[in-house]
Amino acid sequence: MDNAEHMQLIYVILAAAVATFLTRIGGYVMITQMKRIPPRMEAALNAVPAAVLSTLVAPAFLSGGWDVAVAMLVALVIGLRFSSLWMLLAGWLVVMAIRHLLV
Amino acid sequence: MTKDDFWQGVRGGFPVMVSAAPFGALFGALAVDNGFSVFDAVFMSATVYAGASQMVGLELFGHNVQPWLIVLSIFAVNFRHILYSASIARHIRHFSGLQKFFAFFLLVDPQYAETEKRAERGEPVTFAWYLGFGMIIYLPWQIMTLLGAIFGQMIGDPKAIGLDVLLPIYFMGLVLGFRKRDNWLPVVAVSSLASIAAMHVVGSPWHVSIGAIAGILLAACMPLSKRHEEPVTLEHEV
Repeated sequence: MDNAEHMQLIYVILAAAVATFLTRIGGYVMITQMKRIPPRMEAALNAVPAAVLSTLVAPAFLSGGWDVAVAMLVALVIGLRFSSLWMLLAGWLVVMAIRHLLV
Repeated sequence: MTKDDFWQGVRGGFPVMVSAAPFGALFGALAVDNGFSVFDAVFMSATVYAGASQMVGLELFGHNVQPWLIVLSIFAVNFRHILYSASIARHIRHFSGLQKFFAFFLLVDPQYAETEKRAERGEPVTFAWYLGFGMIIYLPWQIMTLLGAIFGQMIGDPKAIGLDVLLPIYFMGLVLGFRKRDNWLPVVAVSSLASIAAMHVVGSPWHVSIGAIAGILLAACMPLSKRHEEPVTLEHEV
C-alpha cells in the first residue's frame, strides 16, 4: 500500500467509525422524534444484515476452490447446532486436512 | 456503591470478553493479511468497535471496493444498533449527556442484551455498572487485535495455514445467527443468487450492493407478519 492509499484507508476507517456511532445513537434520537417506523420499512431494515452478509458468503463458496466449498458445507452443518467458534474450528480443520493430507 | 456497581459490571462482562477475544485476534490477523498495518487494525478496533462490520470492512477493502460502498456496508451491518439504542433509551434516561455519549459508543450486542436483562430484573442501570461491563470487553478487544495483527505479520502464506477459509465461514455464522427473523430463507436465497449473478455480469465489488438490495427489496414486498420482532442478538459479537 502506498501513502495515498494508506491515508484513504485511515479516512475510510474514520468514516466507518462515525457511521457506526450514528447507528448507535440513531435509535435514541429517532425514538425521541418519531412515534414508530412504518412496518414495511421495518421489514426491510430487518433484512439488511442477512442480505448484505449473504453476498459475502455465496460468491466465496463458488470462487474459493473445492476445498473451501467443502469446508464451508461442513461449517454450515456445525453452525445449525453450535456457536460460530465451532464452525470456524471445523471449517479450518477440514480445509487444513484437505490441503496437507489429501493434495 | 458506585465502585461496587463498576466491579459487578466487570464480572458480568468477563464471559463475554472471553468469547469475543478469539474474534479480536482473528480480526487483527486477517486485517494484516488484507493489507492493513498493525496500527490500522488497532485503529479500526478502537474507533469502530463492531466486530462483524470490521470484518466486512477489511474484506471489501481487500477487494478494492469504492470507499463510499465500504462505509455504507459497515453502516448496513451495524444498522441493528438503531434498534438497540431506541430500546435502551428508557433505561439510560438518567445518564448525563457525556455519559450517554460513552454509553452509545460502547453499545455492542452483549452490552445491549445485558442492559435490557438488568433493567428487566429491576436492578438499577447505573453508569458505573454500564462502564464496567463495557470496559472489560472494549480494552481486551484492542489488546487481542494487536496480538492478532502482530501474529498475522509473521505469517507467510495465509492459505498454507487455512486463514482464507475463516472469513467466509465467519460471515456464514453471522447469517445463521439471523435465522429466526421473518423472511430469512427467501432473503438469503435471493441475495446469494443475485450476488453471484452480479459478480458474473457486473463484477466485484458491485455484487455486494446489488445482492443486498435484491434481498432487502424482497423483504419489503413480502407479506407482513403479525408478531412484533425483538432485535436478534448474537451471543459472541462485539
